[in-house]
Amino acid sequence: MIVTGKGGVGKTTVAVALGLRAASEGKRTIVCEVSSQENASRMFEHTAVGFHEVEMEENLWSISIDPDESMREYVLLQLKVRAMRDMLFRSRIFNYLAAATPGLKELVTIGKIWELAQLDRKVKKGRKYDLVIVDAPATGHGVGFLQTPRTFASIARVGPIHSQAQQLDRFITDQENTGTAIVALPEEMPVNETMNLERDLRDEVGVAVDRVYLNGLYPERFKKSEAEALAQLAENENGATKAAARAALSEYGRTKTQRTQLSRLKKGVEAPVKTLPFLFEPELDVEAARKLAGKLG
Amino acid sequence: MASVGEVLEGKRICICAGSGGVGKTTTSAAIALGMAQQGLKVCVLTIDPAKRLADSLGLDELGNEARQVDPALFEAQGVEMKGELWAMMLDAKATFDELIARQAPDEESRDRVLNNRIYQQISSALAGSQEYMAMEKLFELHTEGDFDLLVLDTPPTRNALDFLDAPKRLTQFIEGKSLRVFMKPTGLAAKVTGRGVSVALGVFKKLVGFDLLADLAEFFNAFSSMVDGFQARAKRVNKLLADPDTCFLVVCGPQGEPIDEAVYFHRKLVEAKLPFGGVVVNKVHYAADELSGEVEDLPDALAEKLGDAALAKRVADNFADYQALAERDSRNIDHLAGELRTSCVIRVPYLDEDVHDLAGLSQIDRYLFATAEERVEMAAGRA
Repeated sequence: MIVTGKGGVGKTTVAVALGLRAASEGKRTIVCEVSSQENASRMFEHTAVGFHEVEMEENLWSISIDPDESMREYVLLQLKVRAMRDMLFRSRIFNYLAAATPGLKELVTIGKIWELAQLDRKVKKGRKYDLVIVDAPATGHGVGFLQTPRTFASIARVGPIHSQAQQLDRFITDQENTGTAIVALPEEMPVNETMNLERDLRDEVGVAVDRVYLNGLYPERFKKSEAEALAQLAENENGATKAAARAALSEYGRTKTQRTQLSRLKKGVEAPVKTLPFLFEPELDVEAARKLAGKLG
Repeated sequence: MASVGEVLEGKRICICAGSGGVGKTTTSAAIALGMAQQGLKVCVLTIDPAKRLADSLGLDELGNEARQVDPALFEAQGVEMKGELWAMMLDAKATFDELIARQAPDEESRDRVLNNRIYQQISSALAGSQEYMAMEKLFELHTEGDFDLLVLDTPPTRNALDFLDAPKRLTQFIEGKSLRVFMKPTGLAAKVTGRGVSVALGVFKKLVGFDLLADLAEFFNAFSSMVDGFQARAKRVNKLLADPDTCFLVVCGPQGEPIDEAVYFHRKLVEAKLPFGGVVVNKVHYAADELSGEVEDLPDALAEKLGDAALAKRVADNFADYQALAERDSRNIDHLAGELRTSCVIRVPYLDEDVHDLAGLSQIDRYLFATAEERVEMAAGRA
């Protein structure tokens, strides 16, 4: 399951919520971060997990996929001779080439995600997962990361990377086994971006989005008639009463704006839209994600 | 405590930086509008503005050049405009192509680079090229000197660090010194460095395929005539960024994560000796501090006034929810101000409507260009 979307929309929270739900259903699940920011492990108040599969809760694991480590592991799996591998990593030229090749970092990162998703794991003592959730990077152009295998397959026309890139492209576009979700916010720009992202994923990567999560939707606490009564109160009162009436009117106004965006989104995307409530929590910790997990539907 | 107007007094360049999703584009546009209103000729360079915002500024076409926002638009919206507001939507690939055309010694070298597949990848897709090109365009406009102030909306990078490192990373890549030496397998370098290199190259070839390596070699050969020009230019860009007439504003949101990023980014600015001006915190829930004594009786007081106990409870609950968010925001911002050792923290409240037109931008400007006391007063008036 690939969870994508722009920065600041709550991707990590949704990815962790999906993980919590799957784990509670007894599925052995891993949440993969690719930004090296360790947001997921931090939600569990766990120390940084790095490039290790670490269990956060029963059935729920976490890993932070570092491209250099992935490259290392990839080469290790390709070259069985240890001495040769060590020589390679000490070689400045190899490290330079690896860093200079456009897209290679993203490619080996996706390669690691593929490896985690294999029923027959390639790494030693690797146990299979029932579900791999990817908290995809928030790049300027969302498709960049997922498009890497396709692009790479066309640049490297021969050699093992060519066929491996093709394999990864098939892995990402495999409707049966790989799902894609976009997380959005009920605001003008995120809604536009979500519509563009769905279109680009379809046209440029060949990925059909399975679901759009509209995150942070306010509850509709007040009706129109009530808002009118509150407007009067805000006008005529002072102190806490006035402030409370104003806060309610703000909420009413924002809710209306959000609903407009929600209906724009529903019209603008092909995938079904699932709304997630705004959480009035000071910090988005694991308990907040657990609340969302119950509402993922 | 300063307003944006004071912070930017006499500055030629304002760079708005911060992580994605914190309202950088809107803030940049609002700052440019506000400074233009004061009588300056201002240009805002933006990457990917919301369509409605672009439309409302009459900027529906994507062109890689500055356009003036029609003065009639300000009049229509009741916005007094003493100066000129210009805007440009940055096209990273077009900027890169222009740069190559300028640096290339002849048409043949230009076309060799433009047609190289590695170049095409880098110019459109490689992380960092957008950032680099934003700086490049900024430098170009600054050198041309047509504007009193340039406001740069930086690209939405995964984390703020990328933005500062990208130009350096990219020039290093383009220079490709170590690589170019090693590319010639029969050259002196191969003999000196010996077997290790040829084995490493061999393994790399085996892993990625010959074609990619050939493309890389071709890329560096094609670029070799331009490397000096790029280096010299990069140096001048870096100098411009560190100039006292340049001002970095950190933009963030009031939640824990964006605040942490802002602290981190400020540290990076200081380490890089770049001029930090202040921080703009968007979408802040202002607390109604002075009311704390009355809040306990609130449900009853509301029920009495509204004649509807159920509604009164919902209003009180809603108020409590927002007060809790306001307390969190205030805690986070205090932490931020402490870490940054600055008093220049400008809070823009969470407005009731999304901002996507001139009226919305002037709404934000009322806060950006107010003193701290005025901001609190305004927020109390509406929250």
